Amino acid sequence: MAKELTGKLLEIRDLKKSYTEPTGGVLPILDIPYFAMDRSEQVVLRGESGGGKTTLLHVISGLVPAESGSIQLEGVELSGFSEAKRDRIRAAKLGYVFQTFNLLPAFTALENVRLGMSFAGKKIDRERAKDLLERVGLADRMHYLPGQMSVGQQQRVSVARALANRPILLLADEPTANVDPANQDRIIELIARSCEEESVGLLLVTHSDAVASRFSRVERLEKINQATGNQATGFRGLSAGVGGVR
Amino acid sequence: MNLFSIALRNLKYRKLASFLTALSMALGVALVVLVLTISGVIEKSLERTSNVGYNLIIGSKGSPLQLVFNTVFFLSKPVENIPYSYYMEYLPGEGRQQELARIGGEIKEPERSGLYSFLMKGGFAIPLCMGDYVDQYRCIATTPAYFELLKHGDRNDQDYVFSQGRNFVDYSEENGYFEAVVGSQVANTLGLKIGQEIFASHGAESGESHGQGFRVVGILGPTGTPNDRGAFVNIEGFYLLEGHVAPDRDEESGLEKAGTAKGPEREGVKSRVRLPVEKREVTAILLKPNGFAAIGLEKQVNKTKFAQAVSPIAQIEGLLGIFVRPLRWALLALTSLVVIVSAISILVSIYNSMNERKKDIAVMRALGASRDHITAIILLESLLIALAGGLIGWLIGHGLGPLSNPWTMPATGVKIDWFAVQSQWEWWIVPGLILVGTLAGVIPAVSAYRTPVAKSL
Repeated sequence: MAKELTGKLLEIRDLKKSYTEPTGGVLPILDIPYFAMDRSEQVVLRGESGGGKTTLLHVISGLVPAESGSIQLEGVELSGFSEAKRDRIRAAKLGYVFQTFNLLPAFTALENVRLGMSFAGKKIDRERAKDLLERVGLADRMHYLPGQMSVGQQQRVSVARALANRPILLLADEPTANVDPANQDRIIELIARSCEEESVGLLLVTHSDAVASRFSRVERLEKINQATGNQATGFRGLSAGVGGVR
Repeated sequence: MNLFSIALRNLKYRKLASFLTALSMALGVALVVLVLTISGVIEKSLERTSNVGYNLIIGSKGSPLQLVFNTVFFLSKPVENIPYSYYMEYLPGEGRQQELARIGGEIKEPERSGLYSFLMKGGFAIPLCMGDYVDQYRCIATTPAYFELLKHGDRNDQDYVFSQGRNFVDYSEENGYFEAVVGSQVANTLGLKIGQEIFASHGAESGESHGQGFRVVGILGPTGTPNDRGAFVNIEGFYLLEGHVAPDRDEESGLEKAGTAKGPEREGVKSRVRLPVEKREVTAILLKPNGFAAIGLEKQVNKTKFAQAVSPIAQIEGLLGIFVRPLRWALLALTSLVVIVSAISILVSIYNSMNERKKDIAVMRALGASRDHITAIILLESLLIALAGGLIGWLIGHGLGPLSNPWTMPATGVKIDWFAVQSQWEWWIVPGLILVGTLAGVIPAVSAYRTPVAKSL
């Protein structure tokens, strides 16, 4: 089986994830028979709000464990890993760009990027941190705190931070949702170009047509996720388990 | 960025809260340091001062502690006097007969040696007369042997050194019997210089001043002992001052005979005429008996009706055990409570920040930080506040001690040095702070450990 999958960057099989409803019922969120990405491939994942896009990214990144199924990153099976091991994989192999940037307010732009390097167990590459910020056009904002930067600048810092550890896969969760239209293209362009330059695979979640049109491979979550039909029941705002963010 | 710098940056970001919690810890530690410093200084000073090169103090019957306070520390009210002839009983060898020949006068059985001479072989006996004052300082009348035979210092091996001048002598051509040596503090406070005269006032600070002064011939270098605040005059001159002549007493009743307290006729200050032995009294005798004779001598003396022998070291130890040490523990317990309250304030401060930092924690987790990383960062924050507060408190505690010297030194004769650790218990502050700081961080750290990442992002 592993031999068969060696060429893929990411390969998901029979992945299932559900949440427990406050009433005690079980609400399936993810049921993905198969999904795969090639190395350095850039894939856009579209879908309705609450369709499980964020949950899928959380499961791939190991922040949330799957109930069953297989997730392989470069042929390495992640689904059986302990939380600590998933943390290490996430630090070393994955980059994450959030919808709300999630820069740490106490740290400058440069420190936020270095923070991304802090948990990978490798020596901090100070020059790379500076270089990344220069590449995203923030050479003159390195020592600014997030609160002193514009929304667009903050998102560029978060892109630099996500690339800090030379990941093999960048997960971007609606990275332009909070950015004005003028900045939207620049951010997407920056992410796509940076991933190309660094040979990093990109799995980008969005529901923006404009963003999706920039990429050659666009997947609809409803097509790969058999559990999506259940969302039609309209249940929102899960609070049980690790739910609530979808 | 390592975990330490992440924790430090988090604290810096919440400057005010971090500063205030550190300040509360500083206050607690400063109090602990102050208690340890003050009690340590008192204890050390008492122990050091009681180790003055003599084993026993002989004085009239009464409170042993008062005799020690009066004789060693120049505190408390002077005790009653004992006859000079009694002092002569302690002179080693032929000392009794020689003293009689030197001074002149009449005593019973002048031909014999002192009763306790055999126990004093190789030792010494130094007489002290007290009761007068020079300004607010005690006037101590003694013999030149006081500065020749006694020593000071932690190991009691340092000779008394004169920063200016010399020791007073029994008789000098220039000043007769009227020479004096003053302690460093007395010289500083009263602005005394060599060649000036000091006048003792009789019986109390406000007492009537004697007309005859003593010429200052020496100023002692600082010793950190009560001698720094003493004005030492030649006992021979002291006896010649008005009111210092003992009256004759009825042999049976012991009552004073009226009109007998009269000194000898003298012509001028430089007269060599001395007060005869039978007209003399002493307040205390400092004794260094031969070898282990002190214990036997103490028992023998205490059997007599009018005199007592006191071991200063035993009295000071008793004082430390009954009063100083229990008080120190009580104060330490109270100040430790302040430290614990400060630790709780650290806990509350960090714990309260947890709610607003849930997202930051989740982001760090998403960046690859493990639960252990997050726990360590929170514990480090708590520890850093405790240690920073502790350091500030330690500096404050050690700063306040020396700053209080101008007020405490005149009263106690004890000088508090900068950053001198007075008690070995002070070293326990460091592990204590690490423990308290870690414990204070445990609850917030557990809360951080349990932060649901996906929900908080």
